[in-house]
Amino acid sequence: MIGAPITRREGRAKLLGQPLYTDDKILPGEIRGVTVRTHIPRGILKGISFGEGIPWEEFTVVTAADIPGKNLVASIVHDQPFLVEIGGTISHPEQPVVLLAHPDRSLLEKARRAIRLDVEELPPVLDIESAIEKAQVIHGSNNILKEILIDKGDPGPVFCSAVKVVEGEYRTGAQEHAYIEPNGMLAEVGREGERLTVTVYGSLQCPYYVHEAVKQLFGLPGDQVRVVAMEMGGAFGGKEDYPSVNAGHAALLAWKSGKPVKLIYDREEDMAATTKRHPSRTRIKSAFDRDGLLLALDIDFVLDGGAFVTLSPVVLSRGALHAASVYKCPNVRIHARAVATNVPPHGAFRGFGAPQSLFAIERHMDVCARELGLTPLELRRRNFLAIGDRMSTGQVVKETVDLEAIVSRALSEIGYEEKRRSFDAHNSSQSPIKRGVGFSVFLHGCGFTGGGETYLASVAGVKGLPDGRVSVLAANTEMGQGKTTVFAQIVASALKLPVDMVDVWSADTAEVPNSGPTVASRSTMIVGKLIEDAAYGLKQSLIQQGLLEMTYTPEEFREAVKTAVARHGSLKCYSQYHKPPHIVWDDTTYKGDAYPTFSWACYAAGVSVDMVTYEVKVDDFVAVQEVGRVVNPMLATGQIEGGVAQGIGWGLWEEVQWKDGRMVNNQMTNYIIPTSVDLPRIRVAFLENPHPAGPGGAKGIGELPMDGPAPAVLNALAHALGPIRLDEIPMTPERILARLEEADRG
Amino acid sequence: MARTIELELTVNGTLRRAEVHPAARLLDILRDEFRLVGTKEGCGEGECGACAVLLDGKIVNSCLVPAIQARGSEVVTVEGLAVEGQPGHLQAAFETANAAQCGFCTPGMLVAAADLLHRCDRPGETETRDALAGTLCRCTGYVKFVDAVVMAGGTRGGK
Amino acid sequence: MRAYLPDYDIQSPETLDEALTLLSREPGKWRPIAGGTDLMVLLNAGRLSDLNLLDISRLTELRGISENGPSVTFGALTTYSELRQHPAVREHLPNVVESARVTGAQAIQNRGTLGGNIVNASPAADTPPSLLAYGAEIELVSVRGKRRVPYESFHKGYKKMDLAPDELLHSIHVPIPKGSGFHFYRKVGTRQAQAISKTCLAAHARIENGVVEELRIGLGSVAPVPARARSAEAVILGKAVDFLPIEDAVKAIQSDISPIDDIRSTARYRRVVTANVLRQALEELARTGRAS
Repeated sequence: MIGAPITRREGRAKLLGQPLYTDDKILPGEIRGVTVRTHIPRGILKGISFGEGIPWEEFTVVTAADIPGKNLVASIVHDQPFLVEIGGTISHPEQPVVLLAHPDRSLLEKARRAIRLDVEELPPVLDIESAIEKAQVIHGSNNILKEILIDKGDPGPVFCSAVKVVEGEYRTGAQEHAYIEPNGMLAEVGREGERLTVTVYGSLQCPYYVHEAVKQLFGLPGDQVRVVAMEMGGAFGGKEDYPSVNAGHAALLAWKSGKPVKLIYDREEDMAATTKRHPSRTRIKSAFDRDGLLLALDIDFVLDGGAFVTLSPVVLSRGALHAASVYKCPNVRIHARAVATNVPPHGAFRGFGAPQSLFAIERHMDVCARELGLTPLELRRRNFLAIGDRMSTGQVVKETVDLEAIVSRALSEIGYEEKRRSFDAHNSSQSPIKRGVGFSVFLHGCGFTGGGETYLASVAGVKGLPDGRVSVLAANTEMGQGKTTVFAQIVASALKLPVDMVDVWSADTAEVPNSGPTVASRSTMIVGKLIEDAAYGLKQSLIQQGLLEMTYTPEEFREAVKTAVARHGSLKCYSQYHKPPHIVWDDTTYKGDAYPTFSWACYAAGVSVDMVTYEVKVDDFVAVQEVGRVVNPMLATGQIEGGVAQGIGWGLWEEVQWKDGRMVNNQMTNYIIPTSVDLPRIRVAFLENPHPAGPGGAKGIGELPMDGPAPAVLNALAHALGPIRLDEIPMTPERILARLEEADRG
Repeated sequence: MARTIELELTVNGTLRRAEVHPAARLLDILRDEFRLVGTKEGCGEGECGACAVLLDGKIVNSCLVPAIQARGSEVVTVEGLAVEGQPGHLQAAFETANAAQCGFCTPGMLVAAADLLHRCDRPGETETRDALAGTLCRCTGYVKFVDAVVMAGGTRGGK
Repeated sequence: MRAYLPDYDIQSPETLDEALTLLSREPGKWRPIAGGTDLMVLLNAGRLSDLNLLDISRLTELRGISENGPSVTFGALTTYSELRQHPAVREHLPNVVESARVTGAQAIQNRGTLGGNIVNASPAADTPPSLLAYGAEIELVSVRGKRRVPYESFHKGYKKMDLAPDELLHSIHVPIPKGSGFHFYRKVGTRQAQAISKTCLAAHARIENGVVEELRIGLGSVAPVPARARSAEAVILGKAVDFLPIEDAVKAIQSDISPIDDIRSTARYRRVVTANVLRQALEELARTGRAS
């Protein structure tokens, strides 16, 4: 079962247009909601006025003053209000102030525009530089949301003595998730006497995050809040933290109106108001000996966190922990900061900080290779991590890592050496097309950073059904990645049952335990291991009860489950995450085992640049990775292809344009994600190396493909265009032109 | 000024009626009046293609079609591509190729593919990529959609 | 959907006369809507300030493509798909076909119209540079009668047109180029499909005895209106294809354009790339001229 390329469980229903996404579900008597937002990046809210010509008495109006519990969104730090209160601070231009609900969608829009906010403006901080320079102090004493220092050895003196020191600065822009289904929520509030129950259905990755947020918003105990994940039209991290906000809003409107309220963002609102990938600036100073061995790395990594803390500390942490990437280096200093700005908070996005720091180091390695007179391959090869080596946190690589094999496979697939030669010859001709080939090598930590999994202590289970089948109980959500299918495969494998004997319960907090959020490439490896253990437990319990022999047929298993359920009313087995004793992590010193294990990869790209228009075409793309055992090669391939598409988009086209802290190209027409003709056929290969931490040897996979494409494509561009400054993404045609002109000026 | 029109049109082979504002979007009529929620709204500006339907046999973005222009027309939605509730030929090819991930762009992708197969007998990869370029997908990288459509074109019977 | 629908009125006349009568009775009140590919976007976003819409999609008088001796006539309601498929257009006016091919995607091409592309008056529209390159004329109609104007004088300024409040765009007449001419069209968009142009250049030339006897260059996205590259044309006209002063034309085109920075590109990029595309076009012209 594990390893079988079976088709997606819910695939047929999706092809028939049947699944209900949030906007497709209707509760009797539901009305619609909208959000009225601030329009300035920073200031004080003085008042709210309701314009004429609107029958306000027909509307449900919610302001901060109505909030029954805490007006703070539950997160790592509770600093973001659900609604700005009068006299309160406006911290970004899309902050919610008033919520409106009415049965008539059309009238609701008219009403939204009739509300005027009286504000006192204050000077904003809009970028990383102004935040660091403290042009204005908008957070704490220094605008720093989180600071991390990773120290290994003593890089300082090495830079004075090394044969070669290479420095560089690299930048990445914000990236919009552009899931095709915008954010949406549907909430209803029940009242039985004094007892209030709040139910939220929505497009959300992490039911228990939303659960916590709604509890705190209403001051309710957990059993009076229920969160149900609907079918989800893509997420990529964009529905990790934001749903705590809009779920709270929908619930407030439902609570005040006494009716179910549906709150669906349109594309413009979704793009402007919800989270994006953190913009970054990375400065790298590296020292090498005469053989090209890396002696020291000093990395200054800064993320623009936006107006509130939200997930920035953990995004920063993952970025910092990946900053030295797959290279062995005795002396490392990584100084990482997330800074506050007056833009909507940046949040989780596939890769979670790692794509930013990996872009920097992988681009930097190509720059260094040129400076050292080595090929990009040779320089990397001399510095690859191997089993027994220590990473920047002191973590010892305990598994066999064959980076050579991964790289060789990728480069031979793309025909690297041959292309280097033939493209060099081609580029010296008069052709208006310049060609290049490049690659990146990288890793991605599986599961939560540092002590995250220990802190979460996730629980997942398996339950016997009255018909003799079993069902998986976990709060992990299906957003297209294939979790439903993969969980079924893991349990079927563990129990040696046909996969159709395994059901997967939907993510509903009333039914399933808190198996943690669906993020961080953790569902297959971490939660998959829990359900595998729970499945073994269930089997063991049937054997102990004398209902099952050690070896059995599926039919015997079915009968045993039926009997047990009939006898006891229910049959459930749970498993909880416990930190394996060999994993040691210190969150204060950032020393120890940052992740239980890593996935490893090499991505290679062939590109051509049209020197008439500076447009870049990715002609070929090869993605080779080692992700432990692949549970379902068909679904895994789809995940990799999709991640590569997002990575290429981030590298070449996807630019969030800002004006006064607001995204101004917040339309699908003007925020450019790739279409079917902008991408090549993405070629995917897996090298398998089963890892004991995951079910059947599986590791994490979801985020990995976001890390490699941008540096691979830019390294290929560097081959095509020669030594111009390719230090920023997206590397749009406009930027390529500017860099070429800069090089011409000398 | 507010007034409505009596709209009559054939949807998936059935004559349907609705009382709507003449500028109401065909998309909203399909979803809200007829409860055909397979057709999705992804952008509301004719860019993402999630709302695509066949209007008189040709692909259109239903978010850009005002009700008044849909009078008397024939509309086919993703629900209409099935045969007695089971996957039609095209949907079966999509299933085999694993050509759906989150499923939100899928109805639009299927409609674009159906439109292509009406126009072109055995589309190759290039024609297929061109035909799917009006449907944005954020999950897949498009490879499996392209494979599914090429497969469907190559294996269909005498249709 | 952000519009408040009850604020909007739509009339849907069955005949051209009916439509023109309405327009003349209340000039300026009615905004014609055809395929809806521009106006419905604004309506959805709550940004359509015209509250009274005149649905002209049923006016058969404005449909169809016909060859009338020396020219091809397009009804204003001709869709991009119809442009792409028509044999005469494919044979004589390849730039028109190409510009229709690169407008939106199939779903847009089935609905959007040539007339709409003109009167929406976006400087970034894809078909106007082709129409300029072929020296098209457009025909306007009102209860007062019909009139024809050269397309190149139709756009008067950003979103300003030589179009009276009671007039409708009736048809577009495009002269069929004589002999085997030179046709060039290149749109540089934000991506390879479903894109809005950052710069666009269409050219048509007639070469006789190795000399450029006729040349028109139409540009998009580099000025407030779709515009001719008059200065660049002047540099090339009358020159022998063997000795085209290409770099002079490339310099000259800078005075034909006035691009801006916006969310899709930069003024600098538009200047450089328009020049590069012109160079590419003229090099092709030279090759074509020498080969013929």
